[in-house]
Amino acid sequence: MWPNKFEYTRAGSVDEALGAISDEGKFLAGGHSLLPVMKLRLDAPEQLVDIGGIDSLRGISANGELSIGATTTHAEIAASADVQAMCAGLASACGQVGDQAVRNFGTIGGNIAHADPASDPPTVLVACGATVHIQGAGGARSVGAEDFFVDLFETALDDGELITSVSLPNCSDCQCAYVKFPHPASRYAIVGVAVCLKMDGDTCASADVAVGGATVKAVKCAGAEAALAGSTLDDAALSAAAEAVKADIGDWLAGDIAYPEAYRQQMAGVFLKRAVAAATG
Amino acid sequence: MQVAITVNGVDHERDVDPRTLLVHFLREELDLTGAKIGCDTSQCGACTVHLDGKVLKSCTLLAVQADGADVTTIEGLAEGGEHHPMQTSFWENHGLQCGYCTPGMIMASAAFAQDNPGASEDEIRHYLEGNICRCTGYHNIVKAVKQVADAAAT
Ligand SMILES: Cc1cc2nc3c(=O)[nH]c(=O)nc-3n(C[C@H](O)[C@H](O)[C@H](O)COP(=O)(O)OP(=O)(O)OC[C@H]3O[C@@H](n4cnc5c(N)ncnc54)[C@H](O)[C@@H]3O)c2cc1C
Ligand code: FES
Ligand code: FES
Repeated sequence: MWPNKFEYTRAGSVDEALGAISDEGKFLAGGHSLLPVMKLRLDAPEQLVDIGGIDSLRGISANGELSIGATTTHAEIAASADVQAMCAGLASACGQVGDQAVRNFGTIGGNIAHADPASDPPTVLVACGATVHIQGAGGARSVGAEDFFVDLFETALDDGELITSVSLPNCSDCQCAYVKFPHPASRYAIVGVAVCLKMDGDTCASADVAVGGATVKAVKCAGAEAALAGSTLDDAALSAAAEAVKADIGDWLAGDIAYPEAYRQQMAGVFLKRAVAAATG
Repeated sequence: MQVAITVNGVDHERDVDPRTLLVHFLREELDLTGAKIGCDTSQCGACTVHLDGKVLKSCTLLAVQADGADVTTIEGLAEGGEHHPMQTSFWENHGLQCGYCTPGMIMASAAFAQDNPGASEDEIRHYLEGNICRCTGYHNIVKAVKQVADAAAT
């Protein structure tokens, strides 16, 4: 299958990319979501502005907080010692994206801009309080991950705006994990759960929890967080959190004929328990 | 648009329509038909090649994105008339039935076994998730990869 016809521009810098993009245009990063969509004619942009060669958009720096350039690939994030140390859950999520070929070329910026509900990285970004940095013709702005993901395939990005990087608070004193139930064919998440726990001895001082896959977007789960915080993560607390998480995601459920909403909702509870075990194990 | 892509050590310059996928470029411009189009939806891995040493599904990248890159296809894997060890191992272990998935399987596995000496059967099966064999001959494919990974560890 050939993609639709389009005009192609290779941008050498962020300014060049912002200057080139037209109303009918899209940015091209790894192409691992956009090209499949174009081949299936689910989208047919008239112009592609290739940002894959812009050096300033790529790479990871750890300077108090973690900063990841938009065109950094999943494989680079998964393999980064800085990400493993400062946000183990994100390294794990990026390592579980699709397969090795997808991880070699798919980028974090493309992943979150596409906002597929079955994606992995967004769930960790929402749990860990990441910030998305955006540049447009009118200037730069930053949006918290929770506000960035608006709905199914819908983000806070305006037309012509470019994600430049994602930043995360240093999470090295947290216990952080991401577990997923991968679709047997596509490997996308049927359910994905991210937890980030601050422990004080045996007690969980605070918990951050987010669920994706089961939902139209990554959802922060306040009820589950409250059930875990202050507990010793004993069976009673875990069961309460698994119940609470089902309510937390109740308004955002997604499903299909093979894995309906009610099933995914139930699995969110199961995978929450597994995520806590992975974080503390 | 003009592109310059090195394929199996040979430089090629061509004027391509930007919507040309790398797999089209290889098969139709260069007559390198080793990389197959299976699913055409980025799932099956029959089109797997190496781009700058990294495993890639060539149906999921534009030729213009590969401008300046170094691509290796199954046709370029053998060196000096000798099969790559992974090719030999697929042969010895009968890691193929119809052979349609084989170029992709070998390209994906060759990169893996080199970086993961001594890999376990589980690791190999997990790694090959992105390569589908419609004849479902996975058992011998895994055996073939294991033989090379084991040899790399000794
Ligand atoms: C077979 C397969 C399996 C996959 N499995 C998974 C999985 O299990 N989990 C998962 O999370 N993902 C999965 N993916 C998706 C993968 O992570 C994609 O690489 C990613 O979603 C998109 O990144 P990209 O760089 O390829 O973006 P592109 O395809 O280049 O772009 C995607 C969209 O984002 C826009 N965009 C790209 N970069 C920017 C930017 N910096 N600023 C603004 N807009 C931008 C584009 O205009 C486009 O609309 C899979 C993909 C494939 C092909
Ligand atoms: S043809 Fe490229 S992955 Fe199937
Ligand atoms: S040998 Fe026939 S598809 Fe794998």
